[in-house]
Amino acid sequence: MPESVMKKIEAIIQPFKLEHVKEALKAIHVDGMTATEVRGHGRQKGHLEVYRGREYQVDLIPKVKLEMIVSSARAEEVIQAIIKAARTGKIGDGKIFVYDVGDAIRIRNDERGDAAL
Amino acid sequence: MNWPRLAAATLLAAPFAHAQSTAALDSELQKLKAAVAASQSAGDNAWMLTSAALVLMMTGPGLALFYCGLVRKKNVLGTMMQSFIMMAVMTLLWAAIGYSLVFAPGTPFLGGLDFVMLNNVGTAPNTDYAPTIPHLTFMVYQMMFAVISPALITGAFAERMKFSSLLVYSIIWAFLVYFPVAHMVWGKGGYLNAFMGGAVPVLDFAGGTVVHITTGISALICALVIGPRRGYPHDPMKPHSLVLSFIGACLLWVGWFGFNAGSALAASSLASVAFVTTHLGAAAGAIAWLIAEQWHNGRPSALGAISGAVAGLATVTQGAGFVAPFSGAIFGLAGGFVCFYMVVVVKQKWGYDDTLDAFGVHGVGGIIGATLTGVLATSAYNDAVKLADGRMAQIGAQCIGVAVGVAFAVVGSWIALKLTAAITGGLRMETREEVQGMDLVIHGEEGYNLDA
Repeated sequence: MPESVMKKIEAIIQPFKLEHVKEALKAIHVDGMTATEVRGHGRQKGHLEVYRGREYQVDLIPKVKLEMIVSSARAEEVIQAIIKAARTGKIGDGKIFVYDVGDAIRIRNDERGDAAL
Repeated sequence: MNWPRLAAATLLAAPFAHAQSTAALDSELQKLKAAVAASQSAGDNAWMLTSAALVLMMTGPGLALFYCGLVRKKNVLGTMMQSFIMMAVMTLLWAAIGYSLVFAPGTPFLGGLDFVMLNNVGTAPNTDYAPTIPHLTFMVYQMMFAVISPALITGAFAERMKFSSLLVYSIIWAFLVYFPVAHMVWGKGGYLNAFMGGAVPVLDFAGGTVVHITTGISALICALVIGPRRGYPHDPMKPHSLVLSFIGACLLWVGWFGFNAGSALAASSLASVAFVTTHLGAAAGAIAWLIAEQWHNGRPSALGAISGAVAGLATVTQGAGFVAPFSGAIFGLAGGFVCFYMVVVVKQKWGYDDTLDAFGVHGVGGIIGATLTGVLATSAYNDAVKLADGRMAQIGAQCIGVAVGVAFAVVGSWIALKLTAAITGGLRMETREEVQGMDLVIHGEEGYNLDA
């Protein structure tokens, strides 16, 4: 199998960093993305909530998951832009995962691969 | 018409009006007296109708919002309905027979049947209870207490009681607990109403014993008999919207002015005393709970603030019109601290699932308030306070009131639950239904269709 020409970049970030990241991606002309409100945790610990003496350890905390497909040549540039915009230096900043993408198809007109992005 | 000016003119003119006979003057005087009485009646009636509406507002939306925010979102409508349905069911039950069994002349333990179906309840005042307002106003004001009482109990079995069981239980409960206790404390000739021909002089201004002790203790019995929610206390059961609870609690606070100040049964200076006392009770209750919480958990919570206010209000209810206004703060502080301890420490330790703390707040607050009323009652603001046999005797009388209220609630609720289970084939929803939630299973709806 030849090396993939496209990469999927999946970034899980702090919700309050969403606008920064969006602006940074717009600045380098990343045109499409999908954002999802998710809950999860990595090494960041959750928090304790107390309601009338009943304690709840909340482990899964709100995050935003951003997904976008870019050509492999641009992947590193996009990753660096996300890191720069989303980093606070504190625990809980999130993670970025990169996947190979087999193909992309634009439903409107059958365009494939890079052209469909 | 300007009555004072007319009166002055009449009096000044009198010595010179030789032609005017004494009879004519008498007739004029009678007209004036009638006009003064009519004005007072109009003022009292305006306040009492307003108070009745305020107390209804406590049930819906007040209590409905307060309670529904504390449950999980799958049960939001079911919980609101448990309060709302009382506005329909208890209204009709009260008009049909409840009012008569509480306030019509009868035995020391239950009223008679003179007022069944609102017979003999018209616009003329019932001079035994409220001589300046229409009998209908008195009846409908007292109705609102009968509406909110069973709604308060629903906090104990929230998220698991069948709707049919709720209806049957509430109706039986009204007959076995509310009607007898309300008659004993407030009815003419009632056993605990020595001020009107009864045996024991229990001071209960606005229903600390009649409403809060009976409902709070009944709530505990319900929680014990029905058992905890599936998964309690292991599964997470966070309140789904403290915002709703917050609005509900604030409506309860405002509505409580109708509950307590309205219990003066007139737009009188006594109503002002009860109003201020009540307000101080709520404020001190909120502060006390927050202080306890800060010390216990390290954080003052919003839920704590509103819970404390409601605890303070439940506690001050019994004494509101019998004590010096600033004593309201003492009721509030006592209620806030003790109810906090019951809800946060004792309940967690004993493990019963009084889901929304109907016992911990209303039962406990009611008992503290009943006792404190004996300690703090003074004739300075209310002639009804006699303390004829001394302070200790009054405290003793208050304790008898508590004991009777508790006994009726324990026995009455237990019988009501057993009868209900037999009639409806079980008190609670099946496990599968409880997991799915009341809204879908009972009502076939959802509270939040955010994708609709």
